[in-house]
Amino acid sequence: MTTPPTSSQTVGPFFHLGMVYLERDNFVAEGVAGERITIRGKVLDGDGQPVPDAVLEIWQADSTGRYPSEFSPRDSASARFLGFGRIETDDHGEFRFTTVKPGRAPAPDGSLQAPHIVVTLFSRGLLKPLRTRLYFPDEAGNVDDVVLRQVPPARRSTLMAAPAAKRGAQNVPENVFDWNIVMQGDGETVFFDY
Amino acid sequence: MKAASYQREPAGTQPNYSYPAYVSTSKRHPKQPLILLPHTLSELTGPVFGHSDIGENDNDLTRQHSGEAVGERIIVSGRVLDEEGRAIPGALVEVWQTNAAGRYRHRVDQHDAPLDPNFTGCGRVLTDSEGRYRFVTIKPGAYPWQNHPNAWRPAHIHFSLFGAGLLSRLVTQMYFPGDPLLPFDPVLNSVPDENARNRLISLFDWDTTMPGHALGYHFDIVLRGRLATPVEVHA
Repeated sequence: MTTPPTSSQTVGPFFHLGMVYLERDNFVAEGVAGERITIRGKVLDGDGQPVPDAVLEIWQADSTGRYPSEFSPRDSASARFLGFGRIETDDHGEFRFTTVKPGRAPAPDGSLQAPHIVVTLFSRGLLKPLRTRLYFPDEAGNVDDVVLRQVPPARRSTLMAAPAAKRGAQNVPENVFDWNIVMQGDGETVFFDY
Repeated sequence: MKAASYQREPAGTQPNYSYPAYVSTSKRHPKQPLILLPHTLSELTGPVFGHSDIGENDNDLTRQHSGEAVGERIIVSGRVLDEEGRAIPGALVEVWQTNAAGRYRHRVDQHDAPLDPNFTGCGRVLTDSEGRYRFVTIKPGAYPWQNHPNAWRPAHIHFSLFGAGLLSRLVTQMYFPGDPLLPFDPVLNSVPDENARNRLISLFDWDTTMPGHALGYHFDIVLRGRLATPVEVHA
């Protein structure tokens, strides 16, 4: 006999109390290989209003495209990248985190996925999390990516982080990317079901 | 290479994003259809936590301060299982809740009820080799909220769980048996299936009651994650 998975319920407005212990704004220890990147953005609701009570969870491969479970025991501890991060939005609905640029992880069909970060969003008003992915522009692998191919071309831009410097931001290093999550309405982010 | 995927969740056992009776969903649910994806390594893997993530009194919310927490001590325990009833060992369980008066220790909570200097209301454990977890805590209180006139949340404990992979990730709420507020709560009633709703209500449990000290409540949690038979995929 099987039992269905337990039903999801909202994190509510007070999740900080229980979730703060895993929160970081920098997910990489010193010694971890890979290009450091900073992602910054906002979470917006259906009125375009910032969402100050959301929490994002990040899951990604390391700079070589490996997930932590694939590490061999010979890998030194300092080289280990946990692949996980959790960050809350602030009073202005903004978030910002530093990580390594992910490499290309395998796809089920044997191809390689384009570099991406899996993002799980929780908030008050979400009875179950929203799942999306962040991709990087100008990656050769984007064209053939097994997931991006499922997304209507007109909506793919909602999954693309934008280099802040190229967007005209002053005094911003090249490794800073902007990416907003729009929960509803114009420019609604593409969310996934599995 | 082999590709595997998880079973779909049965209809009605999970809430929809839009549930008008819970007013906060109105501007926070997607209006575009979700895109159904194959399960890749990115979803079938997930973070792994260990004993270094757990502090000494993280499983006893009544002992995190120098004085005694106010309220009715309870023991909440159960197992974390997959859909086939197999134990999930090493799962990180995070909990948070109000104090006995129905107040969260959180800057946003303005409910006119006293804070307890000896109760924070959060904890963490890892499940053991048989998927078991156990917390000692204080029975949380009901509290009013702004969803509709005279709205009250039934007493509940928030549970956050990390299972074997990212698609096993679950955040839920545990309720208490016999609570008169349960039929009126839009959050609980967002789950369409009655049996699924009932599984969110803990069971009073004599077996885990500590005589002279604390009553026991039992709450089992099922995480998505039974891998279907792997299918050989030809690249």
